[in-house]
Amino acid sequence: MPIFAKILTKGPLLKGAQMKSRNLFLKTLFFSLALAFFSVSLWATDPVKSDEPTHEEPADQSVSTEEQISEYIAHHIKDAHDFHLFSYNDASGHRKHIGFPLPVIVYTSQGVRFFMSSEFHHDDSGHQVVESDGVSLVKYHEKIYELNSGEHAVSFDEAHHPTNAHEVIDLSITKSVFGFLMVSLLMLIAFRSLAKQYKKRAVPTGFGRVLEPLVLYVRDEIARPNIGEKHYKKFTGFLLTVFFFIWTSNLLGLTPLGFNITGQLSVTFSLALFTYIITQFSGNKDYWKHIFWMPGVPVLMKVILAPIELLGTLTKPFSLMIRLFANISAGHIVIMSLLSLAIIMKGSMGASGATILALGLSFFLTLIELLVAFLQAYIFTMLSALFIGMAVQDHEHH
Amino acid sequence: MTVPNLVGAGLIVIGAGIGLGQIGRGAMEGIARQPEATGKIQTAMIIIAALLEGLAFGSLFLGK
Repeated sequence: MPIFAKILTKGPLLKGAQMKSRNLFLKTLFFSLALAFFSVSLWATDPVKSDEPTHEEPADQSVSTEEQISEYIAHHIKDAHDFHLFSYNDASGHRKHIGFPLPVIVYTSQGVRFFMSSEFHHDDSGHQVVESDGVSLVKYHEKIYELNSGEHAVSFDEAHHPTNAHEVIDLSITKSVFGFLMVSLLMLIAFRSLAKQYKKRAVPTGFGRVLEPLVLYVRDEIARPNIGEKHYKKFTGFLLTVFFFIWTSNLLGLTPLGFNITGQLSVTFSLALFTYIITQFSGNKDYWKHIFWMPGVPVLMKVILAPIELLGTLTKPFSLMIRLFANISAGHIVIMSLLSLAIIMKGSMGASGATILALGLSFFLTLIELLVAFLQAYIFTMLSALFIGMAVQDHEHH
Repeated sequence: MTVPNLVGAGLIVIGAGIGLGQIGRGAMEGIARQPEATGKIQTAMIIIAALLEGLAFGSLFLGK
């Protein structure tokens, strides 16, 4: 019963020396991670060396015009190599960025290179060259390029593609990967403690009381009716994982930390890929028969239907992927756009009026996003269950 | 975004809007006739709405 339960109930911890030592281990793990998290962030809040402003950007780099705002929002939606919480101009007019760096792991032509993203000094225009053991690396629009040997600065063609550098295989712990790991850790702690409690008692205590009805809901309302009484047990684990992962990631995206985990196409792609693989591999004979040789229709129709049905198996996970990605990205864009009304309307409404308008609108939209966060997790799980159910159900032959 | 893209996006949204309205109307009428089936109707409604939404978002995404 780790940290949540303690906060929620303030009750006594589980009895038993072994239990206590395990709790201690989990708590130590949690706190050491939290400590690492904050110590890194404190280290990063030391004034970041402000490089000479590049010729492309205005001197103070503040976000004030509509173009800058849309660029800022586009930047937020994308994955990033460091955590950026906010920026401000100090008394001497230097731009200060508050955040903390994340590790960069790249596979270059010279092998694997590892360094902290703070070495790029918040530069995203490709001007800051990082020399790492014989390899020169630059970051441009959150992509890391390796300069060709002998080059010292990156140059771009008209389409803004680097001409003297090539992409590297990027295995960095980016913002989304970090969030991914954080969600996994939270889920591991919460559900491990819930599972452990059932060994001792029938009704869980603490935070488990919040989780148990949700678990039962996914099992009884999503898995059981859609997959069928006979097969649902095998897939409940996957559905529960997907449901809680998406929901937690969506909620994490609404915190001011700036996560956008489920708004990354690669994340939703992987989630949909799991559904696809599980559906195809658990499909029974009837399922494949209905795809390749649809019973009950003329032969010509069977031939026409086969490619359509085959394509249909791909469009299902594709729509799962796009739906989650588009919903979460759209939510982030709309909330940030409403917040930036405070900047855009400053001229016509005054600073306080514009701020109140922006805060009010974005407050209500955030409430809607809370609903969407749950709804998208529900829909993803529900449709996954539906697709799996279609593949495993036993057809009655007429 | 070019003009055809924008027109296409508008058409997609109009179509999706009409579709969602129809789904909502159907569900409302169903619930009004059989209030005891509210839960089942809502579930089916959300699934159909999600499928429609997936189609709309998919076409918006492909046309981007």
